[in-house]
Amino acid sequence: MAEVRLSEAEVWEVLGGVPDPEIPVISLVDLGVIRGVGYEGDTLVVTVAPTYSGCPATAVINMDIDAALRAAGVEQLELRRQLAPPWTTDWLSAEGRAKLEAYGIAPPQPAGGPERCPRCASKNLQKISQFGSTPCKAQWRCGDCLEPFDYFKCI
Amino acid sequence: MDPVGALALRMGDNALILGHRVSEWCGHAPVLEEDIALANIALDLIGQAQLWLGLAGEVDGRSADELAFLRDTWDFRCLLLVEQPNGDFGRTVMRQFLFDAWHVEMLRGMCGSSEPRVSEIAQKAVREVEYHLERSSAQVIALGDGTEESHARMQAALEWLWPWAGEALAADPVDVALAEAGIAPAVEDLRPGWEATLRAVLGEATLTIPESDFAHRGGKDGKRHSEALGHLLTQMQWLQRAYPGAEW
Repeated sequence: MAEVRLSEAEVWEVLGGVPDPEIPVISLVDLGVIRGVGYEGDTLVVTVAPTYSGCPATAVINMDIDAALRAAGVEQLELRRQLAPPWTTDWLSAEGRAKLEAYGIAPPQPAGGPERCPRCASKNLQKISQFGSTPCKAQWRCGDCLEPFDYFKCI
Repeated sequence: MDPVGALALRMGDNALILGHRVSEWCGHAPVLEEDIALANIALDLIGQAQLWLGLAGEVDGRSADELAFLRDTWDFRCLLLVEQPNGDFGRTVMRQFLFDAWHVEMLRGMCGSSEPRVSEIAQKAVREVEYHLERSSAQVIALGDGTEESHARMQAALEWLWPWAGEALAADPVDVALAEAGIAPAVEDLRPGWEATLRAVLGEATLTIPESDFAHRGGKDGKRHSEALGHLLTQMQWLQRAYPGAEW
């Protein structure tokens, strides 16, 4: 394929179509890990903020970004890691938060716990554990519909 | 040795060795939720170890993996506390609490480091470690102020671990040089916060802080690690020792 020079808006669009490997209902752009897109000379530089230090998805996220952009015709590509300022759940997009809830994961709240059950909207909730199936989640339970659910931790 | 490299090695080795110790619970914890929580804490710590050992390696030309898997006991710079065996669940929880209480103060201090590479790792790690401390504090309180059995085990754990806990708060020449350069906070500046956390949490847990201020030394300067570290390394490093350079 001939090299194409995507505009920055086109790069954001490609990345907006790359799902989070652990929570495929949101994109990497929704997750807020893409911190910058720009050209240095002919090289496209994408700046990525890792979520949790030890999250195994970090390596997969970088591979997925690389694969998606190369499939779109980008040849000269550099991924740059941004540690500071550190990734925060404040960077989740409003759309991402809504998609999480629709998927059954309560979005993060500054109060430190879910606002309501993602299934029945009850506010009668109990914490089961501060950790869950991935580093970014905790386990909660609804006291009304009795379903356990994931809560996306606020960090 | 370059002071940034020395600091990164100490922080990285603490995170790596405690991360490995905690990971030993995987599949063995008392209940599923604890198993998952311990594995997640181990994962955070091993992630932080990658960042710190990556920085240490930038300074001395080795990769984080080489530093983790191809050094022997005397080259490790972790605190004696983190290499101690897991013991029962109570001792694991108490070890985590004593370490978290120091770790969080140290990382907060390093967020303002004069060395940007140190500051950015600290800013990343401190949020995770604040969460660890929140959790280990809640568990120390729940078990200390729990049943007669859990109280007795937590008091025994505190007494067993106490002589290993003081090393972090005893400055050595490397700590002094780092503080003078503004790279890390002065050790004496960490003590008030550490002690306040201990008094508050252990008090609420109805546990008695031992009176002795005796502290074993020799972990962070590598001069005299406890026997436990060598045993841990035989497990952690055997694959890279048996099959050098193996990847998958």
